[in-house]
Amino acid sequence: MIPLNDYLILGAILFALAVMGLFINRKNLVVLLMCVELILLAVNINFVAFSRYLMNREGQIFVFFVLTVAAAESAIGLALLVVVFRHRQSINVQDLDQLKG
Amino acid sequence: MNPADWIEEGVFWVFGTILVVSAFRVITVRHPVHAALFLVLCFFNTAVLWILAGAEFLGIILILIYVGAVLVLLLFVVMMLDVEVEKLREGFVRYAPLGAVVALILILELVYLFWAHTLGFHGLAAPIHVLARHDNTRALGTELYRRDLYPFELAGMILLVGLIAAILLTLRHRAGIQSQKPSEQVRVRARDRVRLVSPKPPRRGAST
Repeated sequence: MIPLNDYLILGAILFALAVMGLFINRKNLVVLLMCVELILLAVNINFVAFSRYLMNREGQIFVFFVLTVAAAESAIGLALLVVVFRHRQSINVQDLDQLKG
Repeated sequence: MNPADWIEEGVFWVFGTILVVSAFRVITVRHPVHAALFLVLCFFNTAVLWILAGAEFLGIILILIYVGAVLVLLLFVVMMLDVEVEKLREGFVRYAPLGAVVALILILELVYLFWAHTLGFHGLAAPIHVLARHDNTRALGTELYRRDLYPFELAGMILLVGLIAAILLTLRHRAGIQSQKPSEQVRVRARDRVRLVSPKPPRRGAST
């Protein structure tokens, strides 16, 4: 029997790795989006684990909605990425300073 | 410990290890295409873990929808842009220690929280034979279409808005490219294209 803690620690490790990815890939917009996906995945693992151990299906339903919103988010994010690349020929985050006064 | 528990723990540890390793590769690998492929591996392993935890509908959804649609979209976009990888990797080594420290602090905090006895997670034993008794897909569907119908419809609207936004953002009209214009094709009438004439027959003997 797997203890609940194992699932939670796995989720925590995944979350921390993704946050670390946000730090070390701070220039590459594509990898930043991937790290956001990883963060959502880590949270979803926790939801599924709690849903099982508390015998409650609400966690799984919440994961369902999180997946929906994450799909919409990544579609719009990638569309924005394509537009940015068309305008600037680069996806470097530090090139995006047009709003700076 | 009976053999079923051994198998369950073995599956958890094997796939959990692959999950963590591939997540690490996602954030450290050089090329974004490789990162996207490692992300696919991550999602597959997570799907296995979810199925192990009794959420088989979500596991299948994760593979079909997430890997099949979202990550393929991501791969397409990554392959479409030709990015200079080297330039984007600048500062990788410089920011790595900071990221590692933050990640370590985060892990320590969370693990301490989970092992703290105040939350009472220790006493929770997994319910036995959830898989055998329950049809997970039917149960989820029943709740989604009854109690959560309104949020379910809202989720559909969010997806629709995302679809329209993504198409509108990336749509562009370039001059000088031959393309069909369906609206004009539909609007055309027969009398614009075909002219009916009634030729008079030549008078007999006129040609000679």
